Amino acid sequence: MIELYCEDTIAAISTPVGEGAISIVRLSGPEAIQAADRLFAGKRTLSEVPSHTMHYGRIVDPGTGRTIEEAMVSVMKKPKTFTREDVVEINCHGGLTSVNRVLELVLDQNVRLAEPGEFTKRAFLNGRIDLSQAEAVMDLIRAKTDQAMDVAIGQVEGTLSRLIHQLRQQLLDILAAVEVNIDYPEYDDAEVVTGRLLRDRSIAVRKQVDHVLSTARQGKILREGLSTAIIGRPNVGKSSLLNHLIHENRAIVTDVPGTTRDIIEDYVNIHGIPLKLIDTAGIRETEDTVEKIGVERSRTALKKADLVLLLINYHEELTEGDRQLFTLIGETPAIIILNKTDLSGGVSIDAVEKLAAGRQIVRISLLNEQGIPELEESIASLFFKNGVTQNEEAYVSNTRHIALLKKARSAISDAIEAADQGLPVDMAQIDIKRTWDILGEIVGDTVSDSLINELFSKFCLGK
Amino acid sequence: MKGYQAGTYDVIVVGAGHAGVEAGLASARMGAKTLMLTISLEGVAFMPCNPSVGGPAKGVVVREIDALGGEMGHNIDKTYIQMRMLNTRKGPAVRALRAQADKQLYQRAMKKTIEDTENLTLRQGMVERLIVEDGVCRGVVVATGAEYRAKAVVLTTGVYLKGKIIIGELQYESGPNNMQASVSLSEHLKELGFDLVRFKTGTPPRVNGRTIDYSKTEIQPGDEEPLAFSYDTKEFIKDQIPCWLTYTNDETHKIINENLDRSPIYSGAIVGTGPRYCPSIETKIVRFSDKSRHQLFLEPEGKETKEVYVDGLSTSMPEEIQRKMLATIPGLEQVEMMRPGYAIEYDAMVPTQLWPSLETKKIEGLFTAGQINGTSGYEEAAGQGLMGGINAARKALGKEPVILDRAQAYIGVLIDDLVTKGTKEPYRLLTSRAEYRLLLRHDNADLRLTELGHKIGLIREERYQRFLVKKQLIEQERTRLAVTTVKPSEEAAELLEQRGAAPIYEPLKADRLLKRPELNYHDVASLLPDNGTAVPDDVGEQVEIQVKYEGYINKQLQQVEKMKRMEKKKIPQDLDYSVIDGIATEARQKLDKVRPISVGQASRVSGVNPSDIAILLVYLEQGKLARKTG
Ligand SMILES: Nc1nc2c(ncn2[C@@H]2O[C@H](COP(=O)(O)OP(=O)(O)OP(=O)(O)O)[C@@H](O)[C@H]2O)c(=O)[nH]1
Ligand SMILES: [Mg+2]
Repeated sequence: MIELYCEDTIAAISTPVGEGAISIVRLSGPEAIQAADRLFAGKRTLSEVPSHTMHYGRIVDPGTGRTIEEAMVSVMKKPKTFTREDVVEINCHGGLTSVNRVLELVLDQNVRLAEPGEFTKRAFLNGRIDLSQAEAVMDLIRAKTDQAMDVAIGQVEGTLSRLIHQLRQQLLDILAAVEVNIDYPEYDDAEVVTGRLLRDRSIAVRKQVDHVLSTARQGKILREGLSTAIIGRPNVGKSSLLNHLIHENRAIVTDVPGTTRDIIEDYVNIHGIPLKLIDTAGIRETEDTVEKIGVERSRTALKKADLVLLLINYHEELTEGDRQLFTLIGETPAIIILNKTDLSGGVSIDAVEKLAAGRQIVRISLLNEQGIPELEESIASLFFKNGVTQNEEAYVSNTRHIALLKKARSAISDAIEAADQGLPVDMAQIDIKRTWDILGEIVGDTVSDSLINELFSKFCLGK
Repeated sequence: MKGYQAGTYDVIVVGAGHAGVEAGLASARMGAKTLMLTISLEGVAFMPCNPSVGGPAKGVVVREIDALGGEMGHNIDKTYIQMRMLNTRKGPAVRALRAQADKQLYQRAMKKTIEDTENLTLRQGMVERLIVEDGVCRGVVVATGAEYRAKAVVLTTGVYLKGKIIIGELQYESGPNNMQASVSLSEHLKELGFDLVRFKTGTPPRVNGRTIDYSKTEIQPGDEEPLAFSYDTKEFIKDQIPCWLTYTNDETHKIINENLDRSPIYSGAIVGTGPRYCPSIETKIVRFSDKSRHQLFLEPEGKETKEVYVDGLSTSMPEEIQRKMLATIPGLEQVEMMRPGYAIEYDAMVPTQLWPSLETKKIEGLFTAGQINGTSGYEEAAGQGLMGGINAARKALGKEPVILDRAQAYIGVLIDDLVTKGTKEPYRLLTSRAEYRLLLRHDNADLRLTELGHKIGLIREERYQRFLVKKQLIEQERTRLAVTTVKPSEEAAELLEQRGAAPIYEPLKADRLLKRPELNYHDVASLLPDNGTAVPDDVGEQVEIQVKYEGYINKQLQQVEKMKRMEKKKIPQDLDYSVIDGIATEARQKLDKVRPISVGQASRVSGVNPSDIAILLVYLEQGKLARKTG
């Protein structure tokens, strides 16, 4: 159902999205401040700060405790705001990926993605905009809606849309069967949908939703590149690795430790996955201020990375620095690379394996150009397990779709829970119907007659 | 024909079928001087199709009619031959009563009620035209020349408008069961500028029960426990009559297939649109050719007759073929057919021409209700008849119309669907048409509607007081369960084990315990300290449902809140949609046609998108602003 009244809290990215530009995630509505507070780690909680002030802090995923973004957050309390509601703006500067990530987190806090033009609409409905501007508001709503529709339709790619249609058909099958049981109790030719059957089928649907959601990250990677940090002690061969992977002498390579002093980035495509490679300054304690800044930046790059390539010198013993790097990686997916295998072995393989804790270890020699195809293989397989190629897989990358899929997941989970609790099938049916409706929003099909049509085309009903 | 002034009334109801009788009774009971005109007095509350009332969704409608002070529930409770509760193994939201009616008794009882009602005149007469002055309906003209004047007129003409019966190659003008059709009125409505559509429905053959071999069929008895539609009913019919189940087979299907060229449906003789949910046997066999058999229910038409209705065998095949078909069916090999099945085509109003009050937009004071609005089914007709009668009487008495919303009643869903979306086939209520099914239960129809019924003057004081007591008892009992603790005890352990529920180790609030699926209200009440103060069964039932399904009920209530806010945003009746640029052309045309009364209704019009609604809303606000500043 469409929302016409300003009772819930909405959010959207409110500046033109683009590389480099600062993007703002804007929230408006009665719960804007609480919602932002749940993600914000700063000196004070946002509910305490005075209106119309800005605050520095981190945006933290409450689920994992991981920092997503460092951000300036402004808090504006009603009524002196654009919408005449409480407004919070989260200023992100980490590019598209992290803004989207912040928005996703916001949308998990009982906040709804704003309809096109909705902030302006609220401003109007709350009396902020005067009569002379009303016409403009209507134009805006129309323009934005049309534009968004085009974009939305474009974004439901063939595979995703096929998958959603499939899921909806599965749900429709359950719905129709339950409805026949209800409306034609004597009709003996329809399968009797028991709580158990409903539960099993719902679980199957949820699994597929989960799977689509798990591709959300991969979808984003396909669009924006997998941000890959190359880290390691000074002189271990980081810049050499970058140069090899991009087949170009982009970074300066010398035998002087600490050659790379700032971050060097470049793009490369490995097995269809675009990588944004980030060569970093070797991380070590240093007194040199220029290098110090570089090291600091490396730490940040590491935090934001989707993938870490950690280089270890095969020729030398593990150092305290190496060990620290393992801890720095945290939970980010990583591949451990033993470089300089052309030289004699000095590192304790046992110790490395222990530290790697199950992560892949690849041996290479950049000097002899050995092991590089294997490394590329490892990178690709880390993100596309089971040999799935990107064309067959449906990827969700659109924030709206992700939000809707999450909603659908929670609705189908309610159905499963209802069945588990032994509630009657027609109760769980309410949740299944809701799941079906939500998925319909993704592909733009909200016609409610389908169920009744299904009923009559599938079953030969009389009495 | 020479006309004469035959009398003046507040309300005239044209037709005395299931819609007409409710309309007439409601209007008269509300204090409006009411005239009911019917083509034949033999047609009062006649059931031309199956001898049954209720079923999923429909049964809830009967309860709703009863809670609003209508008659259908009372009347079926007096005249059923068997009654069953359906869907007992599913949730409370979809439970429903269905009764097999004694057709003749049903008619007689209803006719008597009408005759006994003050303010109400029942008269035979074929209405040929309406008296319309300056776009307002002022009365009707009968074929005999009688001219009746009234402040409001309700048309409940069922399938009589230009009715045509079709049996194989035979076709003739007729109302149901060879009653006289109403031809002039249909023409007159077209002259007045109304859009009519041609619909079709059908009925199966009737057979003599003496010639059925029941040993080859399965018995379908009524429920033993006493059941009733009306909240007033205290006496129950004891000796119920069973129905019987048999099936078609390959032989039956072969006969039909071989004679499809003689079927009016497939030969093109029938042009009207039939309902998908009640297909003829020939349609079933063509469309579901992989099904090897179809169910047939043998339903007695009453206690004083041997006539049996062959439910499931609706057909318009030639009589000769119908007899051959019957002879193939187990139990019916030797059966004597008493009446052939037939299809009937008729004219119906396009219902989007109505306001939600059932008044036509074109002609003030003219209401239409029942099958004339494109529905099918006695209950759908009766529900509309009741609302049409109520609103016609209120119009005559100078009051605002009463409109039920989609969260209040199935009747609200039905009327809203009709006037907002229209219908392409005869419309039947299904539980899936209601988005708040869990709130629209058959057990709580009184809680939903008695207050309203009382307010509009259709629920008597005595019954209202009884209702208030029940309501209070429910509240009290819910509070008691919320504050009373059940402690672990031997007694509790034993009961829980018996019911297959997990034992309790800690003291637990009684309502928490009641949430367990294995336990019912009586189980929990028996564990409470003062179990002597047991409440009546219907109160216990309410408490149990409200507690057990609280989560889901609350979820739906929240949705209803949102919906109601949209319904409250009214749209002026004279709004000129053509000046609102932003609205897409298709949406604008649809809105202009339907003329929704609220933003909520507008959002349900097909082809209207969220952006159109947003723009409409901005436009309405703008108007308000203009009035404020201007
Ligand atoms: N023997 C051998 N030498 C290598 C290999 N890979 C790189 N080197 C040499 O190691 C030295 C350091 O290489 P870089 O790529 O600059 O190392 P880095 O990690 O970027 O160093 P910093 O930027 O100073 O932190 C250079 O002299 C390389 O030629 C290898 O596989 N085998
Ligand atoms: Mg370097």
